[in-house]
Amino acid sequence: MIKLQDVKKIYPDGTKAVKGVTFEVKEGELCVLLGPSGCGKTTTMKMINRLIPITEGDIYIDGTNNKEMDENELRREMGYAIQEIGLFPHMTVEENISTVPKLKKWSAEESEERSRKLLDLMGMDPDEFIDKYPTELSGGQRQRVGVARSLGADPPIMLMDEPFGAIDPITRDRLQDEFLKIQEEIKKTIVFVTHDINEAIKMGDKVALLKDGELIQYAPPAELLAAPKNRFVRDFVGSDRTLKSLRLMRVEEAMKQSPRVVREDDDLEDVKRTMETNEINYLIVVETGNRLKGWINKEDAEGVDSGRVADAMVADTGSAQIGTSLAEALTVMLEKDVANLPVVDEANKLQGLLTFHDLQKLIGETYTERGGRHPEV
Amino acid sequence: MRRRLVLIILLSIFIGLTVWITELDSLKYMQPKTYGDIMRQGWNHIKMVGIAELLAIGVGVPLGILVTRPGLKNLATPIVGTANVGQTIPSLAVIAIMAPILGYGFNSAIIALFVYSLLPVLRNSYAGINDIDPAIIESAKGMGMSRAQIAWKIELPLARPVIMAGIRTSTVICVGTATLAVLVGGEGLGKIILTGLYTQIPLLIVQGAAPTAALAVILDTLLEGFESWMTPRGLKKG
Repeated sequence: MIKLQDVKKIYPDGTKAVKGVTFEVKEGELCVLLGPSGCGKTTTMKMINRLIPITEGDIYIDGTNNKEMDENELRREMGYAIQEIGLFPHMTVEENISTVPKLKKWSAEESEERSRKLLDLMGMDPDEFIDKYPTELSGGQRQRVGVARSLGADPPIMLMDEPFGAIDPITRDRLQDEFLKIQEEIKKTIVFVTHDINEAIKMGDKVALLKDGELIQYAPPAELLAAPKNRFVRDFVGSDRTLKSLRLMRVEEAMKQSPRVVREDDDLEDVKRTMETNEINYLIVVETGNRLKGWINKEDAEGVDSGRVADAMVADTGSAQIGTSLAEALTVMLEKDVANLPVVDEANKLQGLLTFHDLQKLIGETYTERGGRHPEV
Repeated sequence: MRRRLVLIILLSIFIGLTVWITELDSLKYMQPKTYGDIMRQGWNHIKMVGIAELLAIGVGVPLGILVTRPGLKNLATPIVGTANVGQTIPSLAVIAIMAPILGYGFNSAIIALFVYSLLPVLRNSYAGINDIDPAIIESAKGMGMSRAQIAWKIELPLARPVIMAGIRTSTVICVGTATLAVLVGGEGLGKIILTGLYTQIPLLIVQGAAPTAALAVILDTLLEGFESWMTPRGLKKG
């Protein structure tokens, strides 16, 4: 746990970079420090491992004031990854990753085993990469090694300063996804600096929005989007904050469970009658094992006189998989020009139905009470 | 490969010239210098360059590195600046200035050479450390390496190729400058050149100049090999 208590940074020339910031990062939480450049986010982060001395106030690491710890010991307990990566060019990938383990006097075998494990975790083949030099790696691979190095001695805390900042958007997106997956496994307490609101929303359990050295709002991303505290926050998160909040919610949160279905070889007349009596004009068609086949609508069905459901069925309706965000589901709806989207699992088994109407309702609620994927709000 | 070929051709020309002139019966009204003369003066030449260069390394490398340290950083501009200005003064002028100050003799020749050789060594030692990507130092610090660990494990290995390049440049320049050192009482191949100049026998000048050039090429090649050996593998290109 990291606790900042009224932390200030005032430079000798009188510049107030950080003006009394107080917040707490709980164990296993990823806290994003967000804000425009010059807001003091990097300064705040660097005071945690004392790369920048604190002028006033205190920072507690698991209850211990960081001023009372030896600064090198303190830093060895915290992973440190920066945008420029700063890999040591004269050392191999393994030597880079083993930097902190070596400082902590781990044995050579232990260090190597750890390096291999970390490369594996980062999705890089240890046998291929362990003896390479940084110049022999691509930008994305270097970024991965940088993160692996910061995890070197398995520190409980990680400080990351725009660690995915210097790479192309596609690779960045992939690295973010990979890192979130890794974080689910390793559960580190992370302070993550970025100026990118989308990255903050995607990565953060909590977001601390700073401006001119002051903490403006400290909240989970969904709350930041739904209830911006003031004009600055509203402007910073952007006018598309509704769409952004859709990115935070999963289809399973908005879908209807067990929608009405028919089978391909059901009699068309029966199905038409059912539609008539229940006043529905859309039915999902499934095959054995509840697997999605397509859909049938009233108009198409009326054009066909008799036969099986298969004769009037539309096969390609698009679908959303469990776990995808509502933003992605909405994109599919708009692309396919449909108002209903079946939700399936990995095996294409029907799980539910997402309707445009439900989406609209949900967006309305976002502004009033919903907290998205953070139930504690 | 091509570079190596050029070096071999150059070297053959220089040595060939030396041998040809030495084998001649007479140069106008004078005998050419013997192999013994050339060897003796060559050795003197190497001795002067060697001593001056070792002094330059002994002073230049530590001084260059010291002025990159946080407490001494404000000394960097005056010291490196002076070194740079010194480098722009022609070598002959440096040596000419030294003569009245230090008097004539082998020692003052060496001191003049040392002053002139110091500059590239000092400048490269400073630049080698100073030009290291700050992100590398920051991440080293952020991971909890102490100042001494950063200096020994990160800064020195990374600066080594640049420092070596400075020493190599300095040595090659020094071989040339040393021919002028005879003007203040030094020994070396410059003496043969000077004799040639006084007696106005061009072949005698070449007999001193060709082995000097050969020496420069040989030392350059040797030091290049050493430089490459000192360069950490990850920093080598290709």
